[in-house]
Amino acid sequence: MTNYILQRAIAMILTLFAISTITFFLMHAIPGGPFTREKPLEAQIVAALNEKYHLDDPLIKQYADYMADLVRGDLGPSFKFRGRTVNELISGGFPITARIGILSVLVTVLLSIPMGIISAIKQNKWEDYSTMFVATLGVTVPSFVLASLLIYVFCVKFGWFPVIWSTDATGWLKYSQYILPMIALSGYSISFITRLMRASMLDVISQDYIRTARAKGLSEFRVIMEHALKNAVLPVVTYLGPMIAGVVTGSFVIEKMFTIPGIGYQYVDSIGNRDYTMIMGSTIFYAAILIVLNFAVDIIYGFIDPRIKLGNIKEA
Amino acid sequence: MEYSADLFKPIHESERVSSGIVRPSVSYWQDAWRRFRRHKPALIAAAILLLIILGAIIIPYVYPYTYDQQVRTARNLWPNLQHPFGTDKLGRDLFIRTVYGARISLSIGIVASIINLTLGVIYGGISGYVGGKLDNIMMRFVDILYSIPLILYVILLKVVFQDAIKEAFETTALRSLKYLGPELILIYVVLGSVYWVGMARMVRGQILSIKNNEYVLAARSMGASGGRIILRHLVPNTVGQIIVTVTMSIPSAIFTESFLSFIGIGVSAPMASWGSLASDAYKGLASYPYLLFFPALAISVTVLAFNIMGDGLRDALDPRMRK
Repeated sequence: MTNYILQRAIAMILTLFAISTITFFLMHAIPGGPFTREKPLEAQIVAALNEKYHLDDPLIKQYADYMADLVRGDLGPSFKFRGRTVNELISGGFPITARIGILSVLVTVLLSIPMGIISAIKQNKWEDYSTMFVATLGVTVPSFVLASLLIYVFCVKFGWFPVIWSTDATGWLKYSQYILPMIALSGYSISFITRLMRASMLDVISQDYIRTARAKGLSEFRVIMEHALKNAVLPVVTYLGPMIAGVVTGSFVIEKMFTIPGIGYQYVDSIGNRDYTMIMGSTIFYAAILIVLNFAVDIIYGFIDPRIKLGNIKEA
Repeated sequence: MEYSADLFKPIHESERVSSGIVRPSVSYWQDAWRRFRRHKPALIAAAILLLIILGAIIIPYVYPYTYDQQVRTARNLWPNLQHPFGTDKLGRDLFIRTVYGARISLSIGIVASIINLTLGVIYGGISGYVGGKLDNIMMRFVDILYSIPLILYVILLKVVFQDAIKEAFETTALRSLKYLGPELILIYVVLGSVYWVGMARMVRGQILSIKNNEYVLAARSMGASGGRIILRHLVPNTVGQIIVTVTMSIPSAIFTESFLSFIGIGVSAPMASWGSLASDAYKGLASYPYLLFFPALAISVTVLAFNIMGDGLRDALDPRMRK
């Protein structure tokens, strides 16, 4: 076990290294450099900027410097916001994004697993049909369309929530303001996991050990909760990694639409502003978070599913 | 027991055919088509997709407006007889823009999937067929790619190359292709070149499991060449799965493109994809919600149709996968 975790940890660090390298060289492949504008700057200014950001150094030295800074956790200065570093920008927005993300994942799991179970137990009854109808719709609607609808209905028509989102005195969003972004962010994964859970539950309850449990005279509730659920929930755990990735990348659009000042908003802004260090830093930061979370999911999966030999998770 | 000589006479010609083919044999594709036809929802989905594709091709030739035509007297109109989907703030007809968006969005879905398919099949095929050390190295590389959130690299590649490709289309021999839109081509290439990883894994897995089947061993022991085994056994047995995967990957490419349009790095105006139409509509949502409704509906119907058709295809092409 320790051996396996160690192995995976080393692979993770190598992956992070590869990602940083690819990102660095991609960003430096932009022709003309970051200071090319529609109205060209004076040569002197460009030279001064290049010197300030060490862009006149040989590429390999820039790379070495960047990687050395990265190891210390320093993502460098922002090109767009004078005097601020990428670290400051990210650490400013991250708590908000993380809060919404964690809430969305929780809501997804708490809603979709019971819905999937009910749908499977009541197969081909109205509970099943209505759940599946909503879940099927849910996987065909892009998150920004869902968000637009929510904003139109609840902010514009009913006026239940303000259209422009504001923070309270402590700099946090009010909890009621999390509701709509959370729904928009988790709509797809709720639908997806409900379908996944239903299929997996249907598969499990046709197994022999469920018949045994029923034959023992257990109540239907205990059969489902104790015997079926444990096995049926495994595919959902595998999907946790992609789901977290979906929530994180979904936040790019959702935060922009709800004007939530998280890192997703900043990231999209930095793309519009051509803030190259910020794009580079955010990409590496996002990749790092997702890879670490995936690593955690893999380890958890190894623990809860004894059928899988820990060395072979990828092949399973 | 005694054996008389007449037991050892050759049998009469008329007795010789002990078994024969009574019905014409059904090929894999005929069989698949028969199964697909029985799956009614999939058939309807396929019909809808066909309709959308034909509409996207034909309607622009017969419709009175073009996608970038601005009618000053007809700005911000709600859906009416003359403009079934209404018009936007520049007086452009939304119906023809949605139809035109179908061209862009569907072509992105299809072209990106074809590029994925080509790269994935070659990579996964080599890895699975050759096996051994090479397979190990190639799959470790895929594992690394697989753990990277690829959408970040779609965004990054788009950001890095969007100015360069525009310039290339202005100055080099590619100018003659300018009407296709450099951004559109970049999206094809970026989506196609990033998402092949899943396809490669799938093909490799299939090849590995088929390669060890007895009929492949039988073919090999009868002296079949590598090429013959690939063409006669491996390809026909993977092609069903590949078609299903491609069908399912088209909607995700459409989703990804609309996502890119929404964060401002999709196709550029006056060109329109469903994503960019929805994105434009969002800015005037409070007053003109119909501008969002129709492109969003188009995305949802298409994605749903591809998913249902994909389910039907899976049942038809890969009977082992059937639930």
